[in-house]
Amino acid sequence: MNPKKLLIIELHVNNHPGVMSHITGLFSRRGYNMEGILCGAIGEGETSLIYLLIAEDEKLEQIILQLSKLYDVLNVKLRPDYDHKVFFDIDKLLTQQPG
Amino acid sequence: MEMTGAEIIVRLLEQKGIKTVAGIPGAANLHLYNALKSSNIRHILARHEQGAGFMAQGMARTTGKAGVCFSTSGPGATNLLTALADAKLDSIPIVAITGQVASAAIGTDAFQEIDTYGLTIPITKHNFLVRTVEELLTVIPEAFHIAESGRPGPVVIDIPKDIQQQTCKFEQWPEFKKISNESSVSENQAAEIAAMINSAQQPVILAGGGVNNEDSAGFLLRLAEFNNIPVTYTMRALGAFPPDHRLSLGMIGMHGTRYANALIEEADLVIALGARFDDRATGISKNFCTKPKIIHIDIDASEINKIKKATYSLTARAEEVLKKILPLIVSDGREQWLKEIDRVKKSMPYVSAPEDSDLFHPFNIISEVVHNVPNDTIISTDVGQHQMWVVQAWPFRKPRTFISSSGLGTMGFGVPAAIGAALANPDKKVVCFSGDGSILMNIQELVTMAENNLNITVLVFNNHSLGLVKQHQELFFKKNFMATQFEAKPDFCALAKAFGIGGIDLTEAPEPAKTLIEALAFEGPVLVNIPIDSSEIVLPMVKPGAPNKDMIF
Repeated sequence: MNPKKLLIIELHVNNHPGVMSHITGLFSRRGYNMEGILCGAIGEGETSLIYLLIAEDEKLEQIILQLSKLYDVLNVKLRPDYDHKVFFDIDKLLTQQPG
Repeated sequence: MEMTGAEIIVRLLEQKGIKTVAGIPGAANLHLYNALKSSNIRHILARHEQGAGFMAQGMARTTGKAGVCFSTSGPGATNLLTALADAKLDSIPIVAITGQVASAAIGTDAFQEIDTYGLTIPITKHNFLVRTVEELLTVIPEAFHIAESGRPGPVVIDIPKDIQQQTCKFEQWPEFKKISNESSVSENQAAEIAAMINSAQQPVILAGGGVNNEDSAGFLLRLAEFNNIPVTYTMRALGAFPPDHRLSLGMIGMHGTRYANALIEEADLVIALGARFDDRATGISKNFCTKPKIIHIDIDASEINKIKKATYSLTARAEEVLKKILPLIVSDGREQWLKEIDRVKKSMPYVSAPEDSDLFHPFNIISEVVHNVPNDTIISTDVGQHQMWVVQAWPFRKPRTFISSSGLGTMGFGVPAAIGAALANPDKKVVCFSGDGSILMNIQELVTMAENNLNITVLVFNNHSLGLVKQHQELFFKKNFMATQFEAKPDFCALAKAFGIGGIDLTEAPEPAKTLIEALAFEGPVLVNIPIDSSEIVLPMVKPGAPNKDMIF
């Protein structure tokens, strides 16, 4: 079995507690797969960037269009060139502060 | 200015031009109701929040403007959910304002606390949980803009009760953004679409809910007539094209006409306008429109290529596109194609009542009603066989005269939606076709009808069964009838009278046609019980899973 090609979707979103539900809910109710998720506030904290790791399949066009429709999603970019290693090295990402 | 959150909500609704709100008060929206007392907005007290939601839909579906409903937290909000989901699937603009427990109590499992925001994410176009009183000034106008712009849909604004109570100082009122009418269609795109239509040999227009408004319907008729393009439509577009027009193929899909389902497969070009290729319209989608090229025009970009791959697509409002391409369309007689249409239509005669049938045949009843109500009567239906018979037999010639739960197929829609329609159209007659199964799902709203003395005739097609489900058991489950025949048979006339409206039974009437006509002429709320032979089934029909062109008839 060939491993599916993975790519990253970058979302620029409003930063409030319901946004993540809107995005993950869209994936579950439309039967899309998400392999990983990474999120953090940017700037003054009004907005956030979310990186979704997605397996490339025939649903990709729909995923992008449906994400673009969400009111709290300000921008959707496909980032096929981004290195997605971070999603597979989660255990190495967080290290204890020295002392 | 300084006022409470509740006052801000009510003043903003007034500024938006809202005249009527349907709802039910409770602990978490008492401040809102307190502020509403001093407003000119008419409040319609529903008897179940789902009823309030469908009343808001009835207003919205007949006017195109957002309808508004109120509910309290917890059970008030959960009762609203079906009406919201229904509005989502049929792209109906409603704004639901739900009370929520106090901000400090959120997350504590407080009395009547439910996660309204979480519950309504998948069934609204968007939703808000208001966290500060100041936010109301932006959230409320924004909610209406979201509901009414682009592809319309339901919006929930969940407002904790302390936010309704708090006061807020502000300099000026916000503006309600106008819906942009700017055309996004370029000259090039219009020319490309027109060229495809002009060069097609056997084109068919597939009209969807996106053309069910006055402007689009006018342009659609001109395009069809000028270039002689036959038109078929989905249930959401009933009224957008006259069914008795020489170019009408009638409705497509599961209970559509045999010739629409057959001829769309003979086409070389299908022009889908504001339609989303729903499975009740297409059957198994891979068997639908296998040959023709498809031009797909929809306001929602995510509908393009979702079900059917389009040859040419454009994200735009149907009326913009129609307006822009009309001058580029050449006149064409299409004699050969129309001859073929005529041949197929003649070989597949449309449904009608058998010649020896009596008044109580569903088509005869419908025809009797057609001839005894004004032309601009608004028809609401519930869901089931009666709905399909009305869809097949009523000559809907004007947009927004037919309101029915299409996408979600919600039994219980008919009565409260008729109330909403009557409230928004006080000068029009409203007839609600229902069944003895559906009507019990929101029968409590008959009392709302009585309280407001609305000009609505409710016709109950009574076959003592869940007819459309029973029909599936008859045709596809070897007549293994299970749970579809009612043993207890309520006296609907007595029920109607108990709720305070007129109740008439045609079963025992010596002159049933005369009695029916009298009931229709009565300018007030009345229910008519009409006995229907329980062996009548809705035909033609596509067997679930079969291609549309192989209809059972």
